[in-house]
Amino acid sequence: MRGVWRLLSFLAIMLFLAGCGQENLSALDPQGPVADMQFDLLMLSLLVMVFVVLVVVVIFIYVLIKYRERQGDTHIPKQVEGNHRLEIIWTTIPILLLLIIAVPNVVLTFDLADTEPEEDQDVLEVTVTGHQFWWEFEYPEYDIEAGQDLYIPTDTRVVFQLEASDVIHSFWVPALAGKQDTVPGITNEMWLEAEDEGIYQGRCTEFCGESHWLMDFNVIAVDPDTFEAWADSMANPPQELTEPQSEVAAEGRAIYEESCLSCHATAGEGGNPQGGPDLTNFGERSNIAGFLEFNEDNLEEWIRDPQKLKPGNSMPGFDHFDDDEMEALVEYMMGLKVQD
Amino acid sequence: MSNQKSQSKSTLWDWLTTVDHKKVGILYLLGGAFFFVIAGIQAMLMRIQLMFPEASFLPYQSFNEMFTMHGTNMIFLAAMPLLFGFMNYIIPLQIGARDVAFPFLNALGFWFFLLGGIFVNLSFFLGDGPPDAGWTSYVPLASDQYAGSGLDFFVLGLQISGLGTLIGGINFLVTVINMRAPGMSMMRMPLFTWTSFVASMLILFAFPALTVGYLLLMLERLFGANFFIPDMGGNVVIWQHLFWIFGHPEVYILILPSFGIFSEVIATFAKKRLFGYTAMVFATLVIGFLGFMVWAHHMFTVGMGPIANAVFAVATMAIAVPTGIKIFNWLFTLWGGRIKINTANLFALAFIPSFVMGGVTGVMLAVSAANYQMHDTYFVVAHFHYVIVGGVVLALFSAAFYWWPRMFGYKLNEPLGKWFFWLFLIGFHLTFFFQHFLGLMGMPRRVASYLEGQGFSDMNFISSIGAFMMAIGFIFFLVNVFVSIRSGNPGADPWDGRTLEWTIPSPTPEYNFAQTPLTRDLDPLWYEKMHGDGRMKASEPLGDIHMPNATILPFLMAVGLFVSAFGFVYHNHWVAAGGIAFTFACMFVRSIKEDHGYHIHKEEILSDKEVE
Amino acid sequence: MADTQSQVHQETEMIPDHPEKVTLEGKNKFLGFWFFLGGETVLFASLIGTYLGLRGGTADGPGATDLFHLPLVFVMTMILLTSSLTSVFAVSAMHKGNMKGVLTWMWITVLLGATFLGFEIYEFYEYVHEGLGFTTSAFSGAFYTLVGTHGAHVAFGIGWILTLLIRYRNTGLTLTNAPKFYTAILYWHFIDVVWVFIFTVVYLLGIGG
Repeated sequence: MRGVWRLLSFLAIMLFLAGCGQENLSALDPQGPVADMQFDLLMLSLLVMVFVVLVVVVIFIYVLIKYRERQGDTHIPKQVEGNHRLEIIWTTIPILLLLIIAVPNVVLTFDLADTEPEEDQDVLEVTVTGHQFWWEFEYPEYDIEAGQDLYIPTDTRVVFQLEASDVIHSFWVPALAGKQDTVPGITNEMWLEAEDEGIYQGRCTEFCGESHWLMDFNVIAVDPDTFEAWADSMANPPQELTEPQSEVAAEGRAIYEESCLSCHATAGEGGNPQGGPDLTNFGERSNIAGFLEFNEDNLEEWIRDPQKLKPGNSMPGFDHFDDDEMEALVEYMMGLKVQD
Repeated sequence: MSNQKSQSKSTLWDWLTTVDHKKVGILYLLGGAFFFVIAGIQAMLMRIQLMFPEASFLPYQSFNEMFTMHGTNMIFLAAMPLLFGFMNYIIPLQIGARDVAFPFLNALGFWFFLLGGIFVNLSFFLGDGPPDAGWTSYVPLASDQYAGSGLDFFVLGLQISGLGTLIGGINFLVTVINMRAPGMSMMRMPLFTWTSFVASMLILFAFPALTVGYLLLMLERLFGANFFIPDMGGNVVIWQHLFWIFGHPEVYILILPSFGIFSEVIATFAKKRLFGYTAMVFATLVIGFLGFMVWAHHMFTVGMGPIANAVFAVATMAIAVPTGIKIFNWLFTLWGGRIKINTANLFALAFIPSFVMGGVTGVMLAVSAANYQMHDTYFVVAHFHYVIVGGVVLALFSAAFYWWPRMFGYKLNEPLGKWFFWLFLIGFHLTFFFQHFLGLMGMPRRVASYLEGQGFSDMNFISSIGAFMMAIGFIFFLVNVFVSIRSGNPGADPWDGRTLEWTIPSPTPEYNFAQTPLTRDLDPLWYEKMHGDGRMKASEPLGDIHMPNATILPFLMAVGLFVSAFGFVYHNHWVAAGGIAFTFACMFVRSIKEDHGYHIHKEEILSDKEVE
Repeated sequence: MADTQSQVHQETEMIPDHPEKVTLEGKNKFLGFWFFLGGETVLFASLIGTYLGLRGGTADGPGATDLFHLPLVFVMTMILLTSSLTSVFAVSAMHKGNMKGVLTWMWITVLLGATFLGFEIYEFYEYVHEGLGFTTSAFSGAFYTLVGTHGAHVAFGIGWILTLLIRYRNTGLTLTNAPKFYTAILYWHFIDVVWVFIFTVVYLLGIGG
């Protein structure tokens, strides 16, 4: 019964709203010029197509009502061979309708492929690398690296070089721009811009293995000054990161050096090419592992058994830490912040 | 094997050795139905998992295996064989032939399909579990570094079954060209035969590309080649090209015969000649041709550059034109007719709006710049299910109700059929309509679950409810098949038909036509009903009829490859080589033994006629 | 049933000008085989396309210019083209109803084919010794797969024609075996044409382009 009510009430809402989804996630609620253009093109084609569907459905219903076999009717309908004029009409009109869509599409396809900025426009280059099942973002101009959270300045053309380290992934931030695949052995390009500050959700859309559905990330758009400050402190992280002040955090740092640093680069130390995400600004992450709420309990659960939460990723579990060790480690990691 | 009619040792032996196109057709239907049910159960398991956010009904790995095998089973092992079943049974009857051109190869194609299909599905019980890289099996995810032995089962089984499909396609092509009865010119052929002919042409030119793709993947997985490994100079995009050069025509291989089925059913139950027959044939050919020009629209986001994207976008949109021609010709076939509403026709009528929705979302996806937002999301899932279910599956059910009395000698029950229809149709739209929105709202396809609080939950719930309705509807169909058996034989022409398959006794005699009929116009039976005495004129005197002998060789040849495939998966090269050698040995036997078949004598045919 | 068989044999006594296309079975075989070759064309086109896509991908292994010996391949090409010519002579013998001529010319065709295959095996053997294994690079895999698939077709053709030659050594020309010889010859021409493409795309382009 619950299902039926949910269904009915939902159908009613659908009629009015046509479901736009979440503001920072939906392609139907574009938040930047690229997504805007794609949305407009989508709506144009939708409009033309709804017209086509209506024409067909109207004829269809008319025919079904008018020519349905009535009881006792035994007449033999006239056997019509066809009609040349009609054939020409329903060949020509669709061609014209398609041209309405095809022409702007060709123009826009070339526009979107052109990553050159307009005059006087600020540009930021980011190299994106897809891994099973997380994202790596490199900022070559600043010589910094970040994992999972992609910081970008607003009103700036962000040009991405897309790469993959293992299998094919696809980089998609629906509210800002359509996707491009990250393909091993090939570097793809795309660009986008964010108009407003905010956190936009990103997705991997090319099936990439066991935990494909959890390969989420966030795009954090901040004003250009904030972005510069962030990038500076990422490049020159505060000393507390490597030499924490509190006693518990210092203990955590020791564990971290022993167990984490070999895979996770942090403040310019450690890491390796096959390793996991850079954790320099981990304490400022918007999520744990890209999808869990950012809190201490989830961090502990993740460290103890990452394979349970995101099966198939390359991180081993650290269930052998006792509660004190874990508390210290979590405290240290939560303090990995580059901003004030 | 000898020149004598082989005595049937048992029913089982009879079916294992048959080369009769009617029996092979029924075997295809049974095989296809088997895989259809498996794939349907897999779909239900997926919909249960997706009913609620963050559900743990299926582990992610199992979910990935389910959608991989659902797609594989449905496309390769259910939809195509089911269509092949109807094509096998009906095409020779529609063109007034006693047989297909290559009865032996026909049986061979079936056994390749069946054993190849079973081999793929054995991965559920053997090795590291079923394949898990999607039915498209993009590399490197499908390479041995990332995928277990399930992919070995996948490439080997599908190579075998693909070979069967190719053989079947060649058989239909030659049958249609060479085996037509007098007067049955190409432009008098029923549209189902025409569309199947064009689909066979697509099979011929599309499947070898897939075979090469699977061959390369097999060589890489089992013999260490490096086609798709970038560090060794390989290129992963080549796989996608090979796959889609096959994959896109594959869609038309499925949909064209379905268009043919609708053309037959709609014309019969509107009691009108098909409107614009010539335009319909022409549109079929154009669709077949364009089908090869558009494969890269599946790859807009892979980075082919704006020129390729723009060209493939426009080419893809062009397909909407001939498809539109077909839709309007069906509507105008209905216009002015006397439309009988029964289950077969309900499925055909419901197809028109359902398929148009799938078609228009296809045009939307072809808009390359907007495609970046829709590609690989639930929008695509919705689109191709509207095309495949709204087109192909509705056609299969329509064909089942329409041709059932011809094939099995009884009609399916109408009230049960209508229950089935309405449950299935409403369930179908509930399942897939909302998935369009899910995709645009940010839900990628092939996700094992989705997070709570992202606005996906309600629509996924509705979608799952719809899936249950479809499943319940299908159970009505299965019940119908058994319940209706006692309904009695409705005779040769239960629907007031128009084409040659309704001119012969029911059940269909082994030799189909006692005398080859003379075709005097399009819709030959209807012509005789209007202008003659309602019976076909014979084009030859009654005489002995030549028939091919039954043989176990096709089955054995398929078994050889089946065994060989195990050898490859388990790296036992003796078994692998032995199986192939056995198949070649069977081929050798077939080649050196001249088999001239046998004759059914005039007297026997006459006594059949008296019984009738 | 016995008289049916003798009837069939009686019919075959009179051999018309084009014995391969007289019976419906013969016509079907002929047409079906043409379609089959259409499919084979796509198969080789896909393999050639793959090769073209990967021929730069030599990784650390040797490339085309390091390896290919044009004179050897040229001789191989000539041998295979000659075998096509001898099979044409077999067809014209068939049209004259001369089974002895068919058999003789087909034996020569098979011998030439076997010589070609021998050279190809020698060629592969040499390349492997020069460091181009099947698993060396993407290029090597694509090369061996394309040329090897062609070689396998030649080997199959040899086996097929040999079967026919032995099976029909004493039967004379009949309406049953004429289409069999004819399709085998068609197949043989096809693999020769494919070789011309391989020679151009793999060897000439490999050294020149």
